Amino acid sequence: MSENSVSEYWKANIRLVIGCLVVWTFVSYGCSILFADALNNIRLGGYKLGFWFAQQGSIYTFVALIFFYASQMNKLDKKFNVEEK
Amino acid sequence: MDLKTMTYLVVGATFALYIFIAIKARAANTREFYVANKGIHPVLNGMATGADWMSAASFISMAGLIAFNGYDASVYLMGWTGGYCLLAMLLAPYLRKHGKFTVPAFIGDRYYSNTARLVAVFCLIVASLTYVIGQMKGIGVAFSRFLEVDFSTGLIAGMAIVFIYAVLGGMKGVTYTQIAQYCVLIFAYTVPAVFISLQLTGNPIPQLGLGSTMTGTDTYLLDKLDLVLKDLGFAQYTIQKGSTINMVLLTLSLMIGTAGLPHVITRFFTVPRVKDARSSAGWALVFIAALYTTAPAVGAMARLNLIDTIQTGEIGAADGNLVIDERPDWFKNWETTGLLKFEDKNGDGRIQYYGKGLTDKEEAYGWKGNEMTKVDRDIMVLANPEIAKLPNWVIALVAAGGIAAALSTAAGLLLAISSAISHDVLKSTFTPNMTDKQELLAGRIAMAGAIMVAGYLGLNPPGFAAQVVALAFGLAASSLFPALLLGIFSKRINKAGAIAGMLTGIGTTLVYIFMYKGWFFVKSTAMMADTPEGWIMGISPGAFGAVGALFNFIVAYVVSGMTEETPEHIKEMVDHIRVPAGAGEAVDH
Repeated sequence: MSENSVSEYWKANIRLVIGCLVVWTFVSYGCSILFADALNNIRLGGYKLGFWFAQQGSIYTFVALIFFYASQMNKLDKKFNVEEK
Repeated sequence: MDLKTMTYLVVGATFALYIFIAIKARAANTREFYVANKGIHPVLNGMATGADWMSAASFISMAGLIAFNGYDASVYLMGWTGGYCLLAMLLAPYLRKHGKFTVPAFIGDRYYSNTARLVAVFCLIVASLTYVIGQMKGIGVAFSRFLEVDFSTGLIAGMAIVFIYAVLGGMKGVTYTQIAQYCVLIFAYTVPAVFISLQLTGNPIPQLGLGSTMTGTDTYLLDKLDLVLKDLGFAQYTIQKGSTINMVLLTLSLMIGTAGLPHVITRFFTVPRVKDARSSAGWALVFIAALYTTAPAVGAMARLNLIDTIQTGEIGAADGNLVIDERPDWFKNWETTGLLKFEDKNGDGRIQYYGKGLTDKEEAYGWKGNEMTKVDRDIMVLANPEIAKLPNWVIALVAAGGIAAALSTAAGLLLAISSAISHDVLKSTFTPNMTDKQELLAGRIAMAGAIMVAGYLGLNPPGFAAQVVALAFGLAASSLFPALLLGIFSKRINKAGAIAGMLTGIGTTLVYIFMYKGWFFVKSTAMMADTPEGWIMGISPGAFGAVGALFNFIVAYVVSGMTEETPEHIKEMVDHIRVPAGAGEAVDH
């Protein structure tokens, strides 16, 4: 594989990581802490939404993010032909 | 069958299982001892990581914290799970690609320096040992409470069990034992939660029960809890009480501390391929989330049950409170441990439990202060099945689960310590000619030594059971995490920058903690009041790890900029780490 495609691979990886971490930050520090008060005016069954994000929703999001990242990386590995043999 | 016999039976059966597995999966060489031959399936590895990660703090303490702090305790829920995203995306796959056995080995290679490696060993040992002392204490408490022996006997029994399976089995034995322990602990945690959720809301899934209405009413459980707490003069459950900046920084410290704790990182060295390291972190979090999303339900329902037990009727009515002579058995059981205490201040033969907000009504009610003088939050999970009047086998199961949680974490930490000493210090620095067999022996001796030290400190706790955990996270967050992250994502950081950064991070964090907790935890030497008013900018000592990490980053960049550039062959090594292709077997030097 060429120098060029390796650096393309790395850039694509960085973009993906940044995207995932933006969601990660938004859900944990945003929805669960900074905007929790405002979100608490919305209800999800018996849960106030901000409270739900802090004690349930953020954790579900973390799980989903890792699997999303792993599957996207597998695609990138294939695309740039850098998979393990 | 009475509770004591039942507990002996259940705990005994789980022990027999762990030891059987450890003997079956004995490690024959260093590769098996340190990284289980890199042959663990990612899902199973995730399960073992879950057990490794969830300690007595997660199993026993966390739901109690949530019960008494409500929304504010969310920092622990998010902090101890969110770190896995950082692990999966920023560290685990690259460190697996690099293919060494230990965290200090990576730091030593990347920063082409044995000094950097030894600094990393120092950070690792301090963080892991402080953490393991807390586990040893948890083991002692759990054993002594349920086997009805004194604390020291319980602790020594626990040390012997850890010794047998960690020393014999190494990583291979520990991994398979931890898979069994995960099953025991998650079963033990969810069974009572399901029962209690059914009792209170009619919904068997605790995560949904917490958002449901109380059985036979239209009132949501959380609304009822908020209302009852408010009426009794406590802070409301679902709203924020502490400062926002401290919440943010504490969450961040716990997250990066999670990603920087060496015993968790090491787990990802045991999977066959780089892509397995990514998905394995996801599986680990799935198994952890099973407990972490149940914990909020356990906490809220336990608090509600506790209040219902004491406040049996209308607030302020003469017959509205629990009659002392009619208090339930679990109440008396926990009184004998000293963790639950009451005092009939107004002499009415009943117990009043209320908060500061009710002071203005005390006189009208004839109350003379809150009579529950001590409710230790750590008893909530263990007492929960008794409070809800669940059968004895459930109570015995919870005991076995708590012990499994403490043992599995202690074993993982001890393994990280022993490999750092035998592999990074002895083999790589002082006696490079050691044979495989000698190294294995050194690893086992180091582990035995670490158990002794941890056991001794567990027997003679320096008076800091809860703070040790914060220190361990703060140290890992401020020292190892930045060095690992920069090592992978920046080629500019060189030897001098990394060493200066790690020392700055660990140093500032230690100083900040010691300022409030006392130098080396001797309370009388504390220089500032450990209260929200005394904290600099409202940052608690536990939350300082994130600030220490920031100092680490800044110093690493500035020093690297002033010193010579990273050598070419190291830059090539970083390029090599960044792509999965070509990851071979681990190299053992």
